[in-house]
Amino acid sequence: MTLNAAITGVGMSDIGRKTNRPAILHLAEAARRALDSAGLTKDDIDGISTYPGKADNSPGMSPLGTGEVRNALGLKTRWHSAVPDGPSQMAPIQVAAMAVATGQARHVLCFRALTESSSQTATRRASIPGAGRARLGGWYSYLVPANAMSASNWAGWMATRYFHEYGMTREHLGLVATGQRAFAQHNPAAVMRTPLTMEDYLGARMISSPLGLFDCDVPIDGACVVIVSAADAAKDCAQAPLTIEAMGAALGSQETWDQRADLTTMGAHDACADLWTRTDLKPADVDVLALYDGFSIFVPYWLEAFGFCGHGEAKDFIAEGNIGPGGRFPVNTGGGQLSGGRLHGFGLLHEACTQLWGQGGGRQVADARVAACGMGGGFIAGSMLIRRD
Amino acid sequence: MRPLPELTPENTVFWTGGAEGRLMIAFCTDCAHAIHPPQLVCPKCWSEAVEFKAVPGTGTVYTCTVNHQPWMPDMPVPFALAVVDLDGAPGVRVTAEVVNADPDSVAIGQTMKVGFLNIDDVWFPRWEPAQ
Repeated sequence: MTLNAAITGVGMSDIGRKTNRPAILHLAEAARRALDSAGLTKDDIDGISTYPGKADNSPGMSPLGTGEVRNALGLKTRWHSAVPDGPSQMAPIQVAAMAVATGQARHVLCFRALTESSSQTATRRASIPGAGRARLGGWYSYLVPANAMSASNWAGWMATRYFHEYGMTREHLGLVATGQRAFAQHNPAAVMRTPLTMEDYLGARMISSPLGLFDCDVPIDGACVVIVSAADAAKDCAQAPLTIEAMGAALGSQETWDQRADLTTMGAHDACADLWTRTDLKPADVDVLALYDGFSIFVPYWLEAFGFCGHGEAKDFIAEGNIGPGGRFPVNTGGGQLSGGRLHGFGLLHEACTQLWGQGGGRQVADARVAACGMGGGFIAGSMLIRRD
Repeated sequence: MRPLPELTPENTVFWTGGAEGRLMIAFCTDCAHAIHPPQLVCPKCWSEAVEFKAVPGTGTVYTCTVNHQPWMPDMPVPFALAVVDLDGAPGVRVTAEVVNADPDSVAIGQTMKVGFLNIDDVWFPRWEPAQ
């Protein structure tokens, strides 16, 4: 089964740390590059979609909503949407695909912009929800007041349980981090490109056990745009359309980080199981993988969720060299968020599209035709298969 | 200064039970489902007959982590966090701030007991080794 929707263009701004560049300039640069990639003009864009919308729940997390971007770029749209509660940072792509498939729009500009690096100060850390506020509501309020403030704590306790049940060690996660850094050395846009050895990895300071510094992705300033087009409109674009083969958004547990019955699984497992019911493709058909790596531990979870290996088998799958440069199932070939910077999944999808278009340069995977993309960690998850025909 | 939870109709009994030294968990009186975080409606059967009951205040560490990064300027580190399976409330876990223990000594399977820290109108459950 295939959606009547395709990715036709991608663009990323010159991302960096402490750029002190306004978010809208990052966004405009990414949008220009995406339009160039698709062979479209501003007037072709008739839809806009983002995650989560303008939000200040942690510093620099989402400085731009659809309103800011529509106004600044002078867009006239037939359809617009911001999705804070959807299936992960992928939600704007998924709803855009449904919008073009149902005729609400023909070319949707999907975006994600962050200024987490410039917004950090001595007293304001990125990704610490609610810090400095008087009172917290929702699921945060059962975690943050107990000093479980950072997603590194929540991912850390997932990793502790996984290590305990399946015998994974820090060296396995070190292979994720060092392998992605090896890819990043061939990606001029990655923010971390100096070689990373296992010794460097193991010697780095601990953040929240068993996760150390290089298990955590890098806050950056930047923006990424993905153009989602109706299948018939995609034929007019500059590059081969990347058809959206299937999507998954299922979630079978509560929306919080401590209540899922088996914390050696996460929302990804539900979203991927649902995805495979909508396609005849199998994991063996996939050439390149874009798996959310806000923390390194999410990569083995996504590998198992998609079924590239069985539950509890990711440590051996990784140790056998499957996911790094030259591996059968290369993961995050642009360096991922661990080395490329945290664009909340959009950067990973940008790289998957780059690979399917054969534009990966020194990191290109030969004849990549099908990509699996999974975004989110914990209860947050969305999955997608895209293919170049 | 740690952020405080907003007190709501759902959660006030949970956050204030510590004033009497009790850990209060919501249960559905129709289907006996233990509900956490607390809700006004039972997520299992949609009954509105939800009542809080005191549970023993003991539990078992399902998983844990030691936080080493000071996320706020005055945050003392390292400290341990645990996810604790509660006795007397099947399926319910709480995220637990661990006190009175060497952070690195906290381990899966360890039994814990609750105590409370009062700040303003909130009584935070905090956990320490039971033995």
